[in-house]
Amino acid sequence: MINGRRKLSHAFTYLVLCLWALTTIYPFIWVILNSFRQKGLIMSDSFSIPLGEAFTWDNYLTAWHRSDFKNAYLNSFLISGTVTVCVVVIAGLAAYGLVRYRFRGRGLLYSVVLGGMMFPVFSTIIPVFRMEAVMGIAGTGNRWLSLIAVILPQVAGNLCFAIVILMGFIQSVPIELEESAYLDGCNVFQIYFHIIIPAAKSSFATVAIFAFLWSYNDLFTQSFFLRYPQERAITGLLNEISSQAGVNYGLMAASVVLVVIPVLVVYVCLQKHIIKGLTAGAVKG
Amino acid sequence: MNSMIYKKKSPLLIFLIPAFAFLLVFLYYPFFQNILNTFLQIGGLGRAPEGLNTPWYENYQRLVSDPYMRTALKNTLVLVLCTVIFQVGIALILALLVDTIRVGAEFFRTVYFFPIVISATALGLMFNLMFLYKGGMVNQLLLSLGRLPYEVKPSGKVIVQWLDWKDQAHFLFTMFLPVMWQYVGFYFVILVTGLNNIPEDVYEAAALDGADGWKRTRFITLPLLRNVLCTCLVLAITGALKVFDLPWVMFGAGMPENQGWLTGTYMYDQTFNKMNVDYGSTIAVLIVVLGVVLSNVANRIFRPSEDL
Repeated sequence: MINGRRKLSHAFTYLVLCLWALTTIYPFIWVILNSFRQKGLIMSDSFSIPLGEAFTWDNYLTAWHRSDFKNAYLNSFLISGTVTVCVVVIAGLAAYGLVRYRFRGRGLLYSVVLGGMMFPVFSTIIPVFRMEAVMGIAGTGNRWLSLIAVILPQVAGNLCFAIVILMGFIQSVPIELEESAYLDGCNVFQIYFHIIIPAAKSSFATVAIFAFLWSYNDLFTQSFFLRYPQERAITGLLNEISSQAGVNYGLMAASVVLVVIPVLVVYVCLQKHIIKGLTAGAVKG
Repeated sequence: MNSMIYKKKSPLLIFLIPAFAFLLVFLYYPFFQNILNTFLQIGGLGRAPEGLNTPWYENYQRLVSDPYMRTALKNTLVLVLCTVIFQVGIALILALLVDTIRVGAEFFRTVYFFPIVISATALGLMFNLMFLYKGGMVNQLLLSLGRLPYEVKPSGKVIVQWLDWKDQAHFLFTMFLPVMWQYVGFYFVILVTGLNNIPEDVYEAAALDGADGWKRTRFITLPLLRNVLCTCLVLAITGALKVFDLPWVMFGAGMPENQGWLTGTYMYDQTFNKMNVDYGSTIAVLIVVLGVVLSNVANRIFRPSEDL
């Protein structure tokens, strides 16, 4: 009797869990299916698998030719790649310094980092724009300068989170390793590159992945700085398609898939780093 | 203990200067300049201020009397409330359920977390397709379930009364559902980690005392999870105040009929489209103040006492 009830509750548990999993997977499957469907059919028959007559590559061809995806991918990867590298390098150095050195003002600097996580991008974007306009970076119409104009605030916006996560991990690196390296004649920079980075590799990976994803997915900052067609990055392009595609729903579905694919690849390959690293940081506080 | 290696402080400058220079120039300076900007008159994005507003608190006066601002504030607060209840609530239920199973926990974690890594812009477009007026996914589903009224004309043509998911009666649901859905997995993962950190012997002791099932959850798990839950709440509140991309892609500037503003989208529209830059700054200040106040309230209510 009790055994039966336990089995039943177990089945119920799996049912609920699977239902939620369905809500997170099915929408993407639905979009992918419909991106291959003749555009008229989406509105009448969107649930079947598009085979035979209904199947088409047209949506992708239209998306690729009508919008400048190639350029937008290039801009996105330039921006997000640079942001990722800068965040990892700068945050890694700062986290190491804050963890290992004891000095006056250390507590204050740590609060500066924690406080920096509180500022929503809304509250800094206008002065940043003004500052970069004065420097001659923002609003010039020059593609490369505009990319730099996006990169700088995105680096700053990701730094605090990255420093906090990296500090947590560097703290757990046993200091004996560093001491023996020091006795072997390494200076602090050699210790950092040869001991700390390999030891905290997985947390560096987490930080890099998140910096990349947040930068790649961000629409707000990008729409402030990237205003000319040749500067547009992926999310900006998608936003434009959504307002211009009208009733061409196949085109929309194909565009969504084109934007999601790089992220999907990153996620499937690296999901262990993403989830583990994040929770380690978040729960530690 | 580490005095030997780290006594010489000069390398510290190289470690710290890049990061803190960035934070100072691109985070702290703009943040305080932004507060100053609310008192100044600024003619356009990137332009120099043209002196003080008259009166100097004009923007705050406007903030109080602006009816769209009131709508934005109301919607945002409803969104905060919904995220706290549904986002964290669903995440908690799912986390408690996953904690009881052995097979497949990894799979559920991967799948639940997936929407978070997708750009909200792409999700917005996807949900636009799903909530389409004529023949969207949801409406097709309703039609096939017989939940939409339709009539067959003598000519054989079927006229369906589609449900407009973005009209005045439904837009809050359509706007909030994707926002809440996207981040459930985030809190789920944090809560599962919190659950894993509860030592097994606590449960064993409870089992000896006869606590089982719901009782165990109510009196052991939830109190021990309180700290993590509180972290989730603060993250959910500040996250809800930052929402921009999804509603902007799905609803644009305040659709329907200026009922659909959120503080984030209204700030963007005022700054970027209406060129009321100093007023936009004021809205941004309000967003910060709201975040600080609300997360403090959450902390007051839910943060457990030190000895727990």
